[in-house]
Amino acid sequence: MTSGSVLARSRTIWQTPAFTVAVVVVLVLSGIAVGGQVVARQVVSGLMLGSIYMTVAVAFTLTIGVLNFLNFTIPTLFMITGMVAWGLIANGYVKFAGSWAWLAALTLGVAAAIAASLLVERFTFRYLKMKHGDATEHAVPLVSSLGFLLIFEHLVLISLGSESQRFAVPFKADIHVAGLVLGVPQLVSCVLAIAVVAALSFVLKSTKIGRALRTIAENPDTASLLGVEVDKVVPVVFVLTGLLAGIAGALFTVNYGSVSPFMGDNVGTKAIAAMVLGGIGSIWGAIAGGLLVGLAETLSIYFFGGDSVQMVVWGLLLAIIIMQPKGLFGSVSTGKGKM
Amino acid sequence: MSGYLSGTLAILCINLIFAYGIFIPASAGQINLGGAGFQAIGAYGAAWLSSVAGLPVWTSIPAAMLIAGLIGFLISFPVLRTRGVYMVLATFAFGEVVAGFLLWTTFFGGAIGMVVPAHIELPLLVFCAVAVTLLTFYLMATRLGLAMRSINDDEAATIVMGVNVRAVQVTAFTIGGAFAGLSGALYAHNFSFVEAQYFNSLLSIYVLLFVLIGGVQTAWGPLVGTIFFTLLPELLRIGGSWRYVVFGIAIVLMMMLRPQGIVTRAMVGRMSPRRWMPPHGGTGIPHGQ
Repeated sequence: MTSGSVLARSRTIWQTPAFTVAVVVVLVLSGIAVGGQVVARQVVSGLMLGSIYMTVAVAFTLTIGVLNFLNFTIPTLFMITGMVAWGLIANGYVKFAGSWAWLAALTLGVAAAIAASLLVERFTFRYLKMKHGDATEHAVPLVSSLGFLLIFEHLVLISLGSESQRFAVPFKADIHVAGLVLGVPQLVSCVLAIAVVAALSFVLKSTKIGRALRTIAENPDTASLLGVEVDKVVPVVFVLTGLLAGIAGALFTVNYGSVSPFMGDNVGTKAIAAMVLGGIGSIWGAIAGGLLVGLAETLSIYFFGGDSVQMVVWGLLLAIIIMQPKGLFGSVSTGKGKM
Repeated sequence: MSGYLSGTLAILCINLIFAYGIFIPASAGQINLGGAGFQAIGAYGAAWLSSVAGLPVWTSIPAAMLIAGLIGFLISFPVLRTRGVYMVLATFAFGEVVAGFLLWTTFFGGAIGMVVPAHIELPLLVFCAVAVTLLTFYLMATRLGLAMRSINDDEAATIVMGVNVRAVQVTAFTIGGAFAGLSGALYAHNFSFVEAQYFNSLLSIYVLLFVLIGGVQTAWGPLVGTIFFTLLPELLRIGGSWRYVVFGIAIVLMMMLRPQGIVTRAMVGRMSPRRWMPPHGGTGIPHGQ
């Protein structure tokens, strides 16, 4: 939309991430000060929900940042994990694991999500690369991912039914901290989500494969000239996508104790919102965006009622895309190429 | 005519008009993933004008179409500031905002929906579908259509040629919004009931797929894509979820084998009768009419 130079743009104070974070913290703290424990509880559950959104948002932002590809299969990968895990337990395939059956089932569920993600890679990027020499300039992967969305969702519907199912997890202990009730699954999932994202951030920053990914993100042709084996690195993005979406799905399943073929829809759209809010292509932006959307959701339900959420979240998102397309942490150059 | 056949034809006509509403901006390189939002505006506009304001059908449908076109015009200015993935997301967000608004406000019945008393029959739907199709073919043959194709092929080169790209894009988006609104208005009057849940993001995805699979290079694309994907499941007689699996597989295969869509400009050129005619001036007549 503008000249695209991001090198020498000075930011005013209200555009800096630190300022935004400070505003949010102040707002939340004053909310707690006014509303007391009820609001504090909403904040905690918002952050828990946010850690799920955050993990899915990182999966979205990774594929867009590296491959310029809005991957619509991510919500289904999320759903596949939960539904496959439930299917394995319901059909008694994981009895060998004894009391750890739930964990074995969820691990296999994540593996299924990764396998599905690699299937998408095989039929979009690798094929296009063979045919046209480059896959990141086309709308084709986006359209194909919509096709895979239909395939995966309806295969699950056919094989496992459309009902919402209970997924029992053995631990139910709650921790009481200063009058707040924290579920152990929620706490574990929050910590695990942050650990996974921090590990990913480390990989991208400090390892050979991470450097290769960042080079491809800059320019696939240049990366290829510089000796990056693009064919071998692109599948890594899809493995990471499947892994992140799968882990988020597993955490969601454990947290809420139920799975359904539609569990990915709401989380997927909220994760897209989180990604845009944080800035497309920025991992830390996705983290902040995820937590913010989680907070905004629980608090707006508490203060304004449930009907307003969809309109408020997407209205804000539309405003951000139009007025501040780089979000809180992103750069304007991501995803602007012709599709 | 059996009820089954006329029901399928009605859906086909509505989908076709809707698809042309998405096609016109798409032919100028703008991917609109918020089509359901425009259709919802048309449907709710017609439903309200007809049931609450008491307008007759021949006023409520054009009025709803105008409203959707006006909103398309207004929203095109902010949306056209974005491009690529951002444009997909902006239009997607627009569709979600419209659906969210309709669910939230009690003015249009909220989640309960609205009953539309005035009913229209199949012949009117067919007439509208044919009219929109012919209009689009005509449009693609005008200077505007040429400019739209040119923008899709190379925007920078189009600017250099002296085309006012922004004006063309705004026009395309406005016409697209009006067509999508018309399809919604026809839907409301044919099915006699509207509810916000129907106009969800999946509907936007489907219609965009009809257009992209059919091909955005010529006006034949949406026609072929819509007929193909509306009638194929009916012809195959496969029920429930399997038809969507087949649909998904068809999409993935299409993108692998023929990513430009089923119908391309080169293909229309090969099949055009004008190829065998002596060349005489004028290019005004669109292909194959």
